[in-house]
Amino acid sequence: MRRFEYHKPETIKEALGLVTSLNNARFIAGGTDILVALRQKKAEIDNLISLRNIGELKGIEYGDGLWIGSGTTHTEILKSRVILEHYTALNDGVKNLGSRQIRNVATIGGNICNAAPSADTACPLLVLDAKVLIAGINGERWVDLDGFFLGPNKTVLDKHELVKGFSLPLFPKNTGSSYIKHTRRAAMDLPILGIAARITMDDGKEGATCREARIAMGVVAPRPIRAYETERFLVGKPLTEDVMEEAGNIAAREATPRDSIRGQAWYRKEMVKVLVGRAIKNAMERMGL
Amino acid sequence: MMRKEIRFRLNGEEMVCDVEAHWTLLYFLREIMGLTGTKEGCGYGECGACTVIIDNEAINACLYPIMEVEGKDVTTIEGLVSQNGELHPIQKAFIEEGAVQCGFCTPGMIMSAKALLDENKDPTEEEIKEAIAGNLCRCTGYVKIIDAIKTMGGGR
Repeated sequence: MRRFEYHKPETIKEALGLVTSLNNARFIAGGTDILVALRQKKAEIDNLISLRNIGELKGIEYGDGLWIGSGTTHTEILKSRVILEHYTALNDGVKNLGSRQIRNVATIGGNICNAAPSADTACPLLVLDAKVLIAGINGERWVDLDGFFLGPNKTVLDKHELVKGFSLPLFPKNTGSSYIKHTRRAAMDLPILGIAARITMDDGKEGATCREARIAMGVVAPRPIRAYETERFLVGKPLTEDVMEEAGNIAAREATPRDSIRGQAWYRKEMVKVLVGRAIKNAMERMGL
Repeated sequence: MMRKEIRFRLNGEEMVCDVEAHWTLLYFLREIMGLTGTKEGCGYGECGACTVIIDNEAINACLYPIMEVEGKDVTTIEGLVSQNGELHPIQKAFIEEGAVQCGFCTPGMIMSAKALLDENKDPTEEEIKEAIAGNLCRCTGYVKIIDAIKTMGGGR
């Protein structure tokens, strides 16, 4: 392994000071991506600044909405009852991410900042309307998660900024969400496709229609994307089999996947058609309609 | 580069060690401490052969910076044997059930099993599979490994 210095700040302020003053410095959270990159010589770094000992970055708080500190591990997210009950898509996303060993150290902030097109927490957070709180030496700023990703491993983060955490709103009753990770093997694999849905229905009585819809797709574009056209199509409609099928067709047109070792583009498009409907169904089941 | 002093517990013993900042915990265990029970398989967090327990959680030692071990409690496969040399019940169960073929994945499997059983005394088969999903056995002898972990459950 390439030699590097390792710094362990205990406050955000200290971390931002270090990243601005040190030469060729990068933040490290759980390290399960960056240590692999260093070992494969895909990254050359002289100073790693650990975010693991900063208390301000940890924890889940539920009140006017949900706050998830960027340093929260996937295991901690998996253990949260509030997330299981009210932000179910995120529980789905974390459940099959890596292995137990990876989930025990890897953080949600790391998963998002690494910005892989296949990031398992990205689609769930997109449909859950997550906002990202970014801290820099000159202050803080909020960015919608949809505006955070620029491309593979690229985000709007300046090299001297870090993500403090994610804020998710409270959703009305009759809301359900889900994420489907399409893989050959449940654990330890990157998705061939990831589809998340959040649906909020009117009253929940017979003939109820969709009040708000969010659909997000992973591995169909250079970054995780929202399927805006599909979302617009769903609003105001009862979610019948026909409507869900048509939603799948629209989403497939919004998807621009590539051929890769995990799957061919045509296959991914076909699976978008199937999985969008399935994700919506799962979301509906969770709202107890 | 200067070595740094860190303090932590290793298999119940207080340690004060001079380490280099770029070392992984796995490198430290095997090359400095000579604790070669923890294996290096892939070195990328894919195979689980290097699984150890830190503060009750299973982790991949190959992806764990030595500098983060400060103040923590690390248990390796060597730490499971009691002071009089008796094997840990999970180790005995693996032997009893014939859950060892070439043996390379075994220490990691046992450490994942221990972390699971410390948290959940009587895991279901699904829970066992989930807990060892990050431990690859290329002899593919998973059935006996799962059987061995099952025999540790309270209900059996």
